[in-house]
Amino acid sequence: MIEMLTKLKQLLFSSLCVGLLAHTTPGYAVLTIVINEGQVAGMPISIVPFAMEGVGPNEQQPADVIDADLGLSGRFETIQRSNFLSAPHDFDSVQFKDWRLIKSEALVVGKVINIGNSQYEIRFRLIDVYREKQLAGQKFIVPANKLRKAAHVISDIIYQKLTGTAGAFDTKIAYITVQGVEPDRQYLLRVADSDGWHPKTILESHQPILSPSWSPDGRRMAYVSFEKKRSMVFIQNLKTGKRVRLAEFKGLNSAPSWSPDGKKIALTLSKDGNPEIYIFDLATSNLRRLTHHTAIDTEPSWSPDGRSLIFTSGRSGKAQIYQISVTGGPPKRLTFSGSYNAGASFSPDGRTIVLITNQGNGYKVGVYSTKDRIVRELTQSRQDESPSFAPNGDMIMYATQQGGHGVLALVSIDGQVQQTLKFQGGAVREPAWSPFNL
Amino acid sequence: MRNVSSYFIILVASFAITACGGRGYTAVDEDILVEPVGGLAGSELDADDISTSGLDSGSSLSTSGLDSIYGDTDLLNRRVIYFEYDSSSLTLESEAIIQAHAQYLNTVSGVAVTLEGHTDERGTREYNLALGENRAKAAFTVMQAVGLGSERIQIISYGEERPVSLGSDESAWNLNRRVEILY
Repeated sequence: MIEMLTKLKQLLFSSLCVGLLAHTTPGYAVLTIVINEGQVAGMPISIVPFAMEGVGPNEQQPADVIDADLGLSGRFETIQRSNFLSAPHDFDSVQFKDWRLIKSEALVVGKVINIGNSQYEIRFRLIDVYREKQLAGQKFIVPANKLRKAAHVISDIIYQKLTGTAGAFDTKIAYITVQGVEPDRQYLLRVADSDGWHPKTILESHQPILSPSWSPDGRRMAYVSFEKKRSMVFIQNLKTGKRVRLAEFKGLNSAPSWSPDGKKIALTLSKDGNPEIYIFDLATSNLRRLTHHTAIDTEPSWSPDGRSLIFTSGRSGKAQIYQISVTGGPPKRLTFSGSYNAGASFSPDGRTIVLITNQGNGYKVGVYSTKDRIVRELTQSRQDESPSFAPNGDMIMYATQQGGHGVLALVSIDGQVQQTLKFQGGAVREPAWSPFNL
Repeated sequence: MRNVSSYFIILVASFAITACGGRGYTAVDEDILVEPVGGLAGSELDADDISTSGLDSGSSLSTSGLDSIYGDTDLLNRRVIYFEYDSSSLTLESEAIIQAHAQYLNTVSGVAVTLEGHTDERGTREYNLALGENRAKAAFTVMQAVGLGSERIQIISYGEERPVSLGSDESAWNLNRRVEILY
């Protein structure tokens, strides 16, 4: 197997980032990579621009997408094209010494061929430079407008082959943007590709929108909207745009979270006095109260096995994370360190909980290990919010502040890789990463 | 965390307090904690209190009458109450303000009041929605205790979504942790 580089010079990496920006077509992407922080130890990989046979010059070059995807993951150091000594498009034409010379451990080559009827054939090969061996190779036929998606699928295959973990590039993110000032402030709930491309607005409002939550099949989204001048929970079908009002009780209606089987939604209601957690059964419309405490109970989130929920409670006097069985009973306190732990959710494998923690130095993304039961800070910022795991569990997307501006950022689960995504115009917040298989 | 020195400690004269009619406010010289409003609230309050010297300008109104009119006006002019970080506890003065509004509303029929709870930007948005709700609820409970029908009181929490001050420092946060009394 290819060996990972242990260290990468900061200088080389920052010039790489400029490179990434330079071949991102402007005006189309909403989010662009702007900053890299932290220690980076990525595998050097070269993505050769694909041959484009019979394809117009304005079509998406898959290599650009793959390069950006792999770079964003922090697990790879994508080598700048100006260093390439040759430009092969298939296995037979690879001169291995050209790639060994620039210390590229892996190589990706490919072609896009126009096969008529607005269909493209796209083929790629992932090559181990030192073993001179093909690691993966595949051919797809895609409609012309799905070239980017095909490129994300290729990135997923490369990521899987080289890291052993499923890639999460061919996924989506939901987020909220805020533009303008009161009373003309505009809130948009948007869904975009995981790299910020192809954003689609699914809800527009002059009142706040919060807490988007994907259904496990990725077809529906629950969220909180103030469009009726108070909080209500809605469920929207992402394909048809049709939606239902799930909760419009007196008081607070908030923090929806889908159960892993998609049949129930946990949420926070204050209809019985103060914020408590309830489970709503979507098939029977049965609403069941789960918590009973005069302090705040909110932000429910399901364990991957669907048998318990974690939530934020102020019952100790400060916000801390608790776990409760879906059948009820006394909750168990999970977090003890720090003056504030909130906004928690499980990693897909259930071993880690991501949360917002204040250990005395601001509100940061942290992880709580269910094994050793300690909270570890992952970020250096002071106003982080809304952490959301990628469906493969490798990265966490969250909202933070930069220069008084709301931005989205990524951090790897070990904290080693940190990337900031900047929205072009307006503040962006409340990211929610989609499940796989959309 | 709050800097204690940022409080103004104000001695409120008994005549301003008796007018509130609430339990426990007849004592003379209560120490009351007041949150700074852009650094001006303290001096404004002082000015109001000092202007009570107008009372001895030979008015024909009885002292008690003056007390009640003056006290109500003072408290009723204030439509926003403020909170400590991550707390929905009311200060004595906040309670007095809420009581004054509830008592006024008891004298006018058909007017509904909305209690809008807000927080500062720190912490998660959902937790802050719940915190704003509890702040509004605290004000609601005081209004109910004064006899205002709960059907006339609406509670809304906007959490951290509607700051009045856009800054990211203590002074902005102090202003944003609030309940607005709207009618």
